[in-house]
Amino acid sequence: MEPTEETGEPVATDTAPPALEAVGLGKTYPNGTRAVSDVDLSVPRGEIRAIVGQNGAGKSTLMKLLYGLEQPSAGQLSVHGRRVRFSGPQDAIALGVGMVHQNLMLVPSFTVAENAVLGVEPGRAGRVDRAAAAERTAALAEQSGLAVDPTARVDTVSVGMRQRAEILKALHRGARILILDEPTAVLTPQETTDLFTAVRRLRDSGMTVLFISHKLKEVREISDRVTVMRAGSVIGTVRTEESTPAQLASMMVGREMSLDVAKPPARPGARVLRVRGLSGPAVHGVSLDIAAGEIVGLAGVEGNGQTELVELLAGLRRPTAGSVTVDDTDVTHLDAAGHRRAGIAHVPEDRLSNGAALDRSIADNLIVDRHDRPPVARRGILRTRRIRELAEDLISRYAIRAPHPDAAAGALSGGNLQKVVVARELSAKPRLLLAAQLTRGVDIGAMHFMYERLLEARDAGAAVLLVSADLGELLALSDRLLVIKDGRLVARFDDPAGLTEEATGLYMLGVERHPDERITAGVR
Amino acid sequence: MGPVLDVVLSTGFLAAILGVSTPYVLAALGGLLAERAGVPNIALEGSMLSAACTGALVAGYSGSVWAGAVCGIAAGALLALLLGVLHLYLGADAIIAGIGLNLLAAGATSYTVFALLGDKGGTSRLHSGALPSVRLPLIEDIPGVGAVLSGQNVLTWAALAATPVVAWLLYRTRFGFHLRAVGEHPEAARSVGIHVHRVQFRALALSGALAGAAGVFLSMGAVSFFVTGMTAGRGYIALAAVFLGALRPCGVFLAALGFGTAEALAVQLGNLDVPSQLVSAIPYVFTLLALAFFAWRRRRASRTDAAPAPLAGPAVLESP
Ligand SMILES: Nc1ncnc2c1ncn2[C@@H]1O[C@H](COP(=O)(O)OP(=O)(O)OP(=O)(O)O)[C@@H](O)[C@H]1O
Ligand SMILES: [Mg+2]
Repeated sequence: MEPTEETGEPVATDTAPPALEAVGLGKTYPNGTRAVSDVDLSVPRGEIRAIVGQNGAGKSTLMKLLYGLEQPSAGQLSVHGRRVRFSGPQDAIALGVGMVHQNLMLVPSFTVAENAVLGVEPGRAGRVDRAAAAERTAALAEQSGLAVDPTARVDTVSVGMRQRAEILKALHRGARILILDEPTAVLTPQETTDLFTAVRRLRDSGMTVLFISHKLKEVREISDRVTVMRAGSVIGTVRTEESTPAQLASMMVGREMSLDVAKPPARPGARVLRVRGLSGPAVHGVSLDIAAGEIVGLAGVEGNGQTELVELLAGLRRPTAGSVTVDDTDVTHLDAAGHRRAGIAHVPEDRLSNGAALDRSIADNLIVDRHDRPPVARRGILRTRRIRELAEDLISRYAIRAPHPDAAAGALSGGNLQKVVVARELSAKPRLLLAAQLTRGVDIGAMHFMYERLLEARDAGAAVLLVSADLGELLALSDRLLVIKDGRLVARFDDPAGLTEEATGLYMLGVERHPDERITAGVR
Repeated sequence: MGPVLDVVLSTGFLAAILGVSTPYVLAALGGLLAERAGVPNIALEGSMLSAACTGALVAGYSGSVWAGAVCGIAAGALLALLLGVLHLYLGADAIIAGIGLNLLAAGATSYTVFALLGDKGGTSRLHSGALPSVRLPLIEDIPGVGAVLSGQNVLTWAALAATPVVAWLLYRTRFGFHLRAVGEHPEAARSVGIHVHRVQFRALALSGALAGAAGVFLSMGAVSFFVTGMTAGRGYIALAAVFLGALRPCGVFLAALGFGTAEALAVQLGNLDVPSQLVSAIPYVFTLLALAFFAWRRRRASRTDAAPAPLAGPAVLESP
């Protein structure tokens, strides 16, 4: 169980040994996927190193190797100059390596403090001293600037606080090397700023940080150097200030690529979605229309009812008042299947729980919304060949990096799983597309691709409601923009072209608001 | 209904409830521990049966009821560990493996009894004796209370004590802490260096031991001999109590007590002029009604809160 020390002396260097060093590291998963091959990586102490790469490039796998969650099939690892071999996370933890996973690893019914101390609980004689746990967590939070409520149950706190709880968990174990796997994917801009402040503070106290993100803006803001991965290998490492987003992007995909989306003006048609006085949990009297061929963006600080509004429209929640019609079909009291029959497609913000069945195959996940009708089913019998054809077609059209259609969806990398969900929903040719956090966790290539598909769906006559925590994305894609606060619409921009993020932010925070007449003009 | 009421209100009936509930409480607490660790222990029934048989045989041959009890409990634990090996190491489905083990226990116990004693029915030829009852010198003289509490079997007291002990174990100790983490989010537990399988094995051993104690009570507490198939589905009813009690020690205790009451009622009514088939169906009807009620309540709760909870289960943490 103990990390084996193969060489007694540290690796010879003139300065201090790097905090983390990998030589020729490789990992092939049991199913034959070669996720990481021949990676050399050296991260000096006290550096914030960003790791970027496309979905499925092997970033998470590399991090799992560094944390002992997966065992390498080739190569060597050194921590602070000592050659190590991890048989499990406990060995990595013992050497001061901490990791915050892409899918957070918190026990839902435990409090923040209980999660923070899990595995190394304070207390004597086999008992857990919960008061001490809460105290320690509070003290650590104070020191590191990661504000949490130690005694709150994890399933009741915000995603941002869960993230901070994860970091505290690593700190409580005395981590000197901190791995953050896409920590900002689920954070609001404000939470991201707070996280970065805390991470810088940790760096200044000597912490080495490995940081994964698909958002190049963030990478440039926080990191000292950037390592680019592609198809399991390290392509290169550059100093952040000497790099440009375009250069990083082309290193990631292996060719020049443009970061702009060409967006032809919308040609709105007849009204598709009609919402009147819709109320439900956290939503109060929302009225809006969306026409065929337009993208309506919904901006708001996370937790202001946008999640609930989308779930109401998708039929996942029951409204307490109001009405919803899609193309003259009253869907107010229909269930989720009824909503889908009316032509509504939904890309849920939480793909792991609502978007995909992780233990089912990719093909099953791709056809689950149409499994009961032709072409995939005939007289109640599934036609496996058709399913396979359809799945293969979608996999290739949406560039999903998957071994084969029958592989479990759970084995896909985060971004590829999102592509599966988007491929299913867009290929259903919906009348109304509800897209929540469409590009959460996908790489810039795929992001681009999804923008194009979204515009394509719009131009083919779909009405689109786009919800995103990324304001830049909303402003770039929306033909009209609505702002929601405390479950009510507070602003409406029919021409968001000249709108800035700052100006929108004022409405999101409730500093300014539009008069109700303006918000409901033409909506009756 | 006059005579029925008389029976139900008698102190003898209350005392009987405690006795009849004992195996349910012990086995259900065992089921609870395994369930909270993430392994459904269907083999409770098998653990009870093998413990009941082993206990009576060992006590009969060795002449020591205590040796019988210890060996019985060990047999129960062993069977649960076998479930662990099948499910955790060999990857067999926990339900299928559990049912298989229950069948194995049924076959193996009747074979062993027949091979040793030449009797297909049980060990009534063997003088195995019973575990002692506990007399409470002063309390015994208090009218009403005395008759209920005094003279109960040691294992009945053990069952009463087991509830707070299990609660303490689950919520106050490091082991319980790890056990709940492992059951709720095994990946999270693994990522902080907890040995998931090790914790689950320990939970199963405890689970089997508690079911074993329940089995020992049947053959060495309530009576003093083993009868083939004497558990009569109590392990499954205990499993129902685990869920009916909402996976909490206190709730599980009350649910088990409820099932015990139903059975005690059936036994008492057997003495009256009520058709015996009807009476013996009472515990099972009660189980079905209780489960239906539980399901209905859960559905209603989930309807008022129609949306999926943000963190509903292990695999349901936020998307990357
Ligand atoms: N448990 C697993 N079993 C088999 N293959 C896996 C497993 N986990 C990941 N893979 C595969 O390994 C490759 C690399 O995956 P990894 O999760 O490391 O990518 P990533 O760079 O983190 O991507 P993303 O940005 O989408 O999170 C992918 O092709 C993926 O399908
Ligand atoms: Mg990843």
